Amino acid sequence: IEQGLCFAADIISTVEFNYSGELLATGDKGGRVVIFQHEQESKNRPHLRGEYNVYSTFQSHEPEFDYLKSLEIEEKINKIRWLPQQNAAHFLLSTNDKTIKLWKISERDKRAEGYNLKDEDGRLRDPFRITSLRVPVLMPMDLMVEASPRRIFANAHTYHINSISVNSDHETYLSADDLRINLWHLEITDRSFNIVDIKPANMEELTEVITAAECHPHQCNVFVYSSSKGTIRLCDMRAAALCDRHSKFFEEPEDPSSRSFFSEIISSISDVKFSHSGRYMMTRDYLSVKVWDLNMENRPVETYQVHEYLRSKLCSLYENDCIFDKFECCWNGSDSAIMTGSYNNFFRMFDRNTRRDITLEASRESSKPRATLKPRKVSTGGKRKKDEISVDSLDFNKKILHTAWHPKENVIAVAATNNLYIFQDKIN
Amino acid sequence: MFTKGTKRKFSDPGEEPASSGDPGPAAPSAAARTLSSSYSLQRQSLLDMSLIKLQLCHMLVEPNLCRSVLIANTVRQIQEEMTQDGTWHIMTQALAAAQCPADRLVATEVLCRQTDAAAQAGQSPKPFSVVGLQEGYHSEEVVMEGDVETEVTMSSLSPLSPQLSSASYLTGPFEVGPCWEEEDEEEEEGDCEENEEEDSEGCLSDGEERDQDHLNADSRTGEKVFGTFEIKHPASPPDPALEELFSDVDPSYYDLDTVLTGTPKMGPYDLLESLSSHGPTALSSSSSCRSDLNELDHIMEIIVGS
Repeated sequence: IEQGLCFAADIISTVEFNYSGELLATGDKGGRVVIFQHEQESKNRPHLRGEYNVYSTFQSHEPEFDYLKSLEIEEKINKIRWLPQQNAAHFLLSTNDKTIKLWKISERDKRAEGYNLKDEDGRLRDPFRITSLRVPVLMPMDLMVEASPRRIFANAHTYHINSISVNSDHETYLSADDLRINLWHLEITDRSFNIVDIKPANMEELTEVITAAECHPHQCNVFVYSSSKGTIRLCDMRAAALCDRHSKFFEEPEDPSSRSFFSEIISSISDVKFSHSGRYMMTRDYLSVKVWDLNMENRPVETYQVHEYLRSKLCSLYENDCIFDKFECCWNGSDSAIMTGSYNNFFRMFDRNTRRDITLEASRESSKPRATLKPRKVSTGGKRKKDEISVDSLDFNKKILHTAWHPKENVIAVAATNNLYIFQDKIN
Repeated sequence: MFTKGTKRKFSDPGEEPASSGDPGPAAPSAAARTLSSSYSLQRQSLLDMSLIKLQLCHMLVEPNLCRSVLIANTVRQIQEEMTQDGTWHIMTQALAAAQCPADRLVATEVLCRQTDAAAQAGQSPKPFSVVGLQEGYHSEEVVMEGDVETEVTMSSLSPLSPQLSSASYLTGPFEVGPCWEEEDEEEEEGDCEENEEEDSEGCLSDGEERDQDHLNADSRTGEKVFGTFEIKHPASPPDPALEELFSDVDPSYYDLDTVLTGTPKMGPYDLLESLSSHGPTALSSSSSCRSDLNELDHIMEIIVGS
């Protein structure tokens, strides 16, 4: 992998390509959304082929204060999801803990000139001075990209929203918090349907929460949600209005020999993603990534160890809260490879066909133009080879939680705290 | 990562009895695996750590529910195991008998908010629904109730009295009722999911009752209920079993700062550290036991923000 780019920002909290891969959206802790655009290949400047540049920046969410509970509502963007493009404008959903917003991003490259009632600088003309009528003319102007909020979906979540997912019908989407999942219509903001509710009548009995949810990419009646106990439930919205009873229940039996007090915590699923084909889904727990066949509920078909060397460090990772870090995972466009992040600014890619895996580091050095990313290795045994890094030297503050893969090309976006790295395969 | 000789814990308790290089005293020979000193210490430390984490869930922003649930489940697991070992009984007994509350990690009824109504409801604590009662499990518990004066009752439990489950000392954090209830507006009123009883560890001497009044008063008026039950390491434990349990602790074992590079995550520990001179690194060290409840009050005031 060559040719990296690095953009500095506030702490990035979500990264998402749109359906064509032309646009890449990032959300950050300060409630801002920054959208990058893939530059078109140009004969005059071939070296710019495939570069991503800032396309639009806007403030999506502001901090709020819940007066009832005397608590702040963070403006951090938890998730961004693009809508499929239907016209010249682009639409995306962005959400913080409580409120989802639909944003329209549109280009303006023309301006009307020659108004009758206004001067060019906008001042009203004296009506008595107007002696003739003219038709305003559209004149080209510098490209301006505007973002405007079109819908605000608020007040539907008591708990913190962790997922949003656009349905394949392109009309509805779901939003999930710790205990409930709601179904929305994109046009309607004052109502949503609650389709999953796992809140116990007695909160004392709460032992499990929803950690992620996603709509099936092709079947608009199917969605899945994962839990903090390492289970995934697939639900069919045709079966009942309230999908508390699942259609399928995915759980891998625990290995009794590796049981510890941390077993449950590390089994908690932090992300679930359907493959593009819709045949598989992938889940990320603390130490591994698992690929599930939707037709087989009792165990995953593939398991990949992300950083097994951390298993002996779980107590320390519990103490400093790292064990609760929520890593995401993603598929490449053809579903042949998967990627997820780790610590020390490492991220891992697994080829499902060859079973090869690679560890790479997102760093300034690696993102210089025409630099090739060098594979990294963490040494687990006693002897550390040259170029290897020992487990105890890993920087646990440098974590890559959010990664995204271009839907068609070999381009990846990796968020390392407050830096965004974009890497591409160059085939020259 | 951990100090010499301390075997990596938790992952395989079955190995413990056979572990060599154990710095602790000779494990009770015929005892079950879990009574191995090293394992018990580690388990205790994990319990302490978890309870701190649950306590300090209150910051400016709503706490992470998933994290709280996972921590609470971990505490439950530990409690279950300790109950089966019988060590739970030992611990609660020692705490009830101990005189000095101070300096230590306050466990339990989490600092999350508790409505005054619930606090004064004076209802008996709900049986801890998840853990339930173990057969043949006795314990003593100090229960404070009432809103006017302090009635301190010691109750000796038998399995037949589920109402005052001794496990209920931990009902607070397990329910993490207040913490999670926070989020649910429609259930705030009249829903006594929080632990109405303010369990107190056993500072029962007469001279300290006044202080406990103060304690109670603070928790009633304040929004947060500071844990009144402490897991601590008494300076002179009357119980030989307990003494054995804690006799050979290496404080640096708990210095987890050294484990990972970079600064340890600040926040909750910062708070605790600033409140008392004993940070999480002194979890089980045999520091001198400061017997003044005033210290505790002072800490409470800081946390309550009065």
